[in-house]
Amino acid sequence: MANLLTARKTMTIGEGGSALAFVGLALLSIVVAAKAYTPEFAFHAYLFTAASTAAVFAIINRYYERPIETPLTVDGKPNYNMGPVKFASVAAVFWGIAGFTVGLYIALELAFPFLNLDLPWITFGRLRPLHTSAVIFAFGGNVLIATSLYVVQRTCRARLVGEIAPWFVVLGYNFFIVIAGTGYLLGITQSKEYAEPEWYSDLFLTVVWVVYFLVYLGTIMRRTEPHIYVANWFYLAFIVTIAVLHLGNNASVPVSLFSPKSYIVWSGVQDAMVQWWYGHNAVGFFLTAGFLGIMYYFIPKRADRPVYSYRLSIIHFWSLIFLYIWAGPHHLHYTALPDWAQTLGMTFSIMLWMPSWGGMINGIMTLSGAWDKLRTDPVLRMMVVSVAFYGMSTFEGPMMSVKIVNSLSHYTDWTIGHVHSGALGWVGYISFGALYCLIPWLWNRPLYSLKLVNWHFWISTIGIVLYISAMWVSGILQGLMWRAYTSLGFLEYSFVETVEAMHPFYVIRALGGLLFLAGALLMAFNLWKTVNSAVSAAPAGLRLAPAE
Amino acid sequence: MSFWSRHAIFEKNSIVLVIGILIVIAIGGLVEIVPLFYLKNTIEKVDGVRPYTPLELAGRNIYVREGCYLCHSQMIRPLRDEVERYGHYSLAAESMYDKPFQWGSKRTGPDLARVGGKYSDDWHRDHLKNPRLVVPGSVMPDYSWLADTDLDFAHIAQDLKVQALLGVPYTPDMVAKADADVVAQATNDSPEAADLIKRYPKTNARDFDGNPTRITEADALIAYLQMLGTQVDFKLYDDKANIR
Amino acid sequence: MAEERKEIDALTGTPTTGHEWDGLRELNTPLPRWWLWLFYITIVWSIGYWIVYPAWPLLTNSTQGVFGWHTRSAVVADLDELKRQRGPMMDKLATASLAEIAADPQLLDFARAQGRVAFADNCAPCHGAGGGGAKGYPNLNDDDWLWGGKLAEIEQTVRHGARAGDDKGRQGNMPAFGRDNVLKANEISAVADYVRSLSGLSTEPGVDLALGKKVFADNCAVCHGPQGKGNRELGSPNLTDRIWFYGPDKATIMQGIQNGRGGVMPAWGGRLSESTIKALTVYVHTLGGGEK
Ligand code: HEC
Ligand code: HEC
Ligand code: HEC
Ligand code: HEM
Ligand code: HEM
Ligand SMILES: [Ca+2]
Ligand SMILES: [Ca+2]
Ligand SMILES: [Cu+2]
Repeated sequence: MANLLTARKTMTIGEGGSALAFVGLALLSIVVAAKAYTPEFAFHAYLFTAASTAAVFAIINRYYERPIETPLTVDGKPNYNMGPVKFASVAAVFWGIAGFTVGLYIALELAFPFLNLDLPWITFGRLRPLHTSAVIFAFGGNVLIATSLYVVQRTCRARLVGEIAPWFVVLGYNFFIVIAGTGYLLGITQSKEYAEPEWYSDLFLTVVWVVYFLVYLGTIMRRTEPHIYVANWFYLAFIVTIAVLHLGNNASVPVSLFSPKSYIVWSGVQDAMVQWWYGHNAVGFFLTAGFLGIMYYFIPKRADRPVYSYRLSIIHFWSLIFLYIWAGPHHLHYTALPDWAQTLGMTFSIMLWMPSWGGMINGIMTLSGAWDKLRTDPVLRMMVVSVAFYGMSTFEGPMMSVKIVNSLSHYTDWTIGHVHSGALGWVGYISFGALYCLIPWLWNRPLYSLKLVNWHFWISTIGIVLYISAMWVSGILQGLMWRAYTSLGFLEYSFVETVEAMHPFYVIRALGGLLFLAGALLMAFNLWKTVNSAVSAAPAGLRLAPAE
Repeated sequence: MSFWSRHAIFEKNSIVLVIGILIVIAIGGLVEIVPLFYLKNTIEKVDGVRPYTPLELAGRNIYVREGCYLCHSQMIRPLRDEVERYGHYSLAAESMYDKPFQWGSKRTGPDLARVGGKYSDDWHRDHLKNPRLVVPGSVMPDYSWLADTDLDFAHIAQDLKVQALLGVPYTPDMVAKADADVVAQATNDSPEAADLIKRYPKTNARDFDGNPTRITEADALIAYLQMLGTQVDFKLYDDKANIR
Repeated sequence: MAEERKEIDALTGTPTTGHEWDGLRELNTPLPRWWLWLFYITIVWSIGYWIVYPAWPLLTNSTQGVFGWHTRSAVVADLDELKRQRGPMMDKLATASLAEIAADPQLLDFARAQGRVAFADNCAPCHGAGGGGAKGYPNLNDDDWLWGGKLAEIEQTVRHGARAGDDKGRQGNMPAFGRDNVLKANEISAVADYVRSLSGLSTEPGVDLALGKKVFADNCAVCHGPQGKGNRELGSPNLTDRIWFYGPDKATIMQGIQNGRGGVMPAWGGRLSESTIKALTVYVHTLGGGEK
């Protein structure tokens, strides 16, 4: 290493190159801001200018303050890079609360429509994508980035690759969230569910994602363990597949460099197929594969038990990722998509059932021999219940993929109930569990209060139960009312009658959402107290923390 | 070597693992997507489906912007109650110029695939301003600002040009006249309307929002709503020929 | 680096794989049998399904399945089935004249049963849930008719609409007297008061009702009749009966005279089936205001 020998500080290619790239981006975005077709787009261009200027200063500043060389190991132990992980974990808590709050608000809008207040920015149609993106991409995404960058370092016994790059991933990703979210409020959207951000946000995210992939893969290649741990297979599948999906579903041509608007290259039925190839696998790889990665590290770690079955890991990993990709057409049953594609979507969804349950078995059975811990450790309980919810929604999902069932459930709140048993139960709980583990480890502090975790668990469990049972009832009721016939053979209900029938369930759902949000606020308080506590984790507390 | 220990090649070699993942996830998508482009029966052969007029396209973009698709589907399924409530099931051909498609996945409000002509412009204007005034049980948001906001169509020709590039049959003539066509379509008794209708058959040309002095976002959105589902003449459509 | 030790896990008695990452190990538990069997069953079931239904894309078409079942042919069969369920009454409804329907109580009930939801889904957004009307949309259950309340008249309005671009529909607008500079502001104000006076509503103090009366006779009587009793040929409302569909306040009346009136009622002929239109006609007729 040249600069170790000469002991002279030089700017690395990474520092110089990225500083230059940011200067370029700042200049470009000034030009775009000046010529933008709409004030909303100009606003975004200015945000890009501000952020890239800040990035240039941060890089230069960091150059002056950093040591000549960051060692990869200290005293023979890996010199882990936990700064970006810390940032992403805090961001996850923040975005989680923001996303749940918006969820609660849109739930209330459906129950009490005056809450739209006749203001463009907060009407249901603009807030709903804000909710879905905030919970999936902002909350879920930050949990995934935080845990994946933590897990890959610990299980490879290697420091993250790159010094600027991991920070670029974390900060760039969160900047993308800000652009996407403010865009929805201002009416900038492509209308492709879970891929709503417009072309320029998509392009920026592509760059962030490629760097994420390279950092991740590079760290695996740097590993000092002979084998790649199963959690990393799942994280890797998540990162690689999301990249492919993102490119396919966002292939669009902007109206102009100065316009926020773009048109997708696909149209009509093909666009629908591409969209749900994407949309279903956003569930499969973002909300499932990635979170299975979390499960495979945090449950065995917290339970202090070996993973139940290595063989099951192998079979369920490969079958899961192979079969998931085919299941997209179950979102297009009975549409103008040709029958053959619907058949494939349905049958592959059915075949997906056992591979999904393979993950559930591996998660839950990891506790064999240690079930008693569920009573004493609410964090572990949260994660195990999460896996149970995963099992439930991956049973419900294949069932809803059966065309006959889907003819009833599609377009109704049943889908919403299914989504939230997966989202609140599985994604929410595994994330909370991971954060309760991760934040004490990262800050080297004992968790402030296990009792509060217990409260969090029970309050939000009641919330989830209220939410999903209300949606099952309203969904099935709505589906049945739409198709109800009188004895004479005429439709029994008009559409608005079915809208009116939903009201009580929308109120119950909002109540459930309120409880779920309350639980998350308890968590934020608990974690805040943890980070700000004066004591470092006692050696006993370290038992749960991975040994350095 | 046992079956299980063969897996070590993936566990010990990250590049092999990545390539393995890529191959495994490529198959399903390719098999399901690619045939939709070459199988001739994917899109039914029907007459009448034309690209959106510039005003309708602008209206459609407002529909997208406001997220109407999050409550309204535009896809009538071939199920008897839907056909009875909403009309003939939707064809792939009816959305073949839709970028992106607006089939939707949730029906908080009714399907809109055939809402064109179902109500008057006045009704749409009242309903968009305050849905509960006309339909007391509605949970749809108020969209009163649409009628107060001038439509920004300064760059609409560029929109047509990009769509033409992506295969929508907009002719250079249509692109050149895009701005004028917006005005012609949103004006009562415009002398240009006949010409417009020649370019875009079955087009409604009139003031849509009840305010002839301005071309507003409500004009564009209502023009779009009023054309939905009106292009294919199902009296001439042969159901049996397009079963697939 | 952890060395490979294939030890036996004490709690379960299962061997581990011998690898260790950050303190994590894996058991080498065999695949659960029930799990594997269920997986096989779903695969076999899927293969069966592919044989029965359209499934795999080929070069020019997809496999069609052994029974040739398609969603698009199934719905045709379902609709036929529905027809059978509705039974002979439906055929009767389709062929009977409106008068015959009205004369046959059983058929009338049947038609009303069909009309109820069709009305709620298609007409209620304008005419209100019970046909009670709203501002700009006439009440359908009183006996005040614009175009006539006999079955045939209602049918024509429903089938062809009013001012909806259908040639057989109800045509003709109330002119925009103000906008087209036919009447001056003071004349409009005066005639508006005069119109209110026709149904005994209060008029503004000091208004020149004589002027109003003259303006009315010169401009309005052609359509609304010399006494303002309306004319069903033209769809011009009776102005003496205190039933308003735009509203009785002076501002609304003046607005109408200024800009004209011409509400659009959609034409349902191309959209709803023949029997639905008949059923709706009968339904509206029996709402309360039907005329013989
Ligand atoms: C929160 C959900 C929601 C959103 C968002 C929404 N709608 Fe609606 N919409 C409804 C409901 C519920 C109804 C049925 C009651 C009624 O007619 O208002 C409806 C009815 C309609 C109808 C009448 C359909 C018929 O056949 O009776 C039209 C047209 C319509 N909406 C257009 C729009 C447009 C355009 C937008 C976006 C600018 C929009 N809606 C946004 C919920 C919504
Ligand atoms: C877009 C709003 C709208 C809808 C939907 C609508 N109507 Fe009407 N309807 C009107 C208006 C406006 C008039 C008054 C026409 C006029 O001013 O001449 C009218 C008039 C009528 C009349 C004549 C009333 C009279 O006094 O002569 C009948 C009957 C009627 N509608 C029945 C129906 C039926 C049945 C349906 C459903 C199939 C329906 N309408 C749907 C707006 C509507
Ligand atoms: C060419 C025929 C015609 C002439 C002339 C005419 N009207 Fe009308 N008037 C109509 C029609 C038709 C309607 C119903 C409009 C509709 O259905 O939307 C109407 C409606 C009205 C209404 C609304 C009634 C209600 O129930 O709300 C008023 C008030 C009225 N006219 C007053 C006048 C006055 C005053 C004049 C003369 C200055 C006049 N009309 C001249 C045809 C005419
Ligand atoms: C406080 C908690 C929450 C509340 C009150 C809430 C509420 C809602 C509401 C009202 C909708 C719209 C439903 C409709 O259109 O009818 C929705 C949609 C959605 N939410 Fe949530 N939500 C919450 C948490 C979450 C979480 C944690 C996630 C994911 C991790 C999530 C993911 C989604 C998704 C994916 C949709 C779209 C569903 C679809 O299109 O079918 N939500 N939510
Ligand atoms: C084997 C696994 C699963 C299968 C086969 C499956 C199947 C389905 C089906 C059939 C639908 C309804 C589509 C429609 O009618 O529109 C659906 C919707 C959805 N599912 Fe699942 N599901 C599975 C697991 C999950 C999990 C674990 C989650 C979440 C964490 C999830 C999230 C969603 C979401 C967000 C939607 C709504 C999509 C939309 O319409 O916007 N699914 N799923
Ligand atoms: Ca996008
Ligand atoms: Ca206008
Ligand atoms: Cu799916």
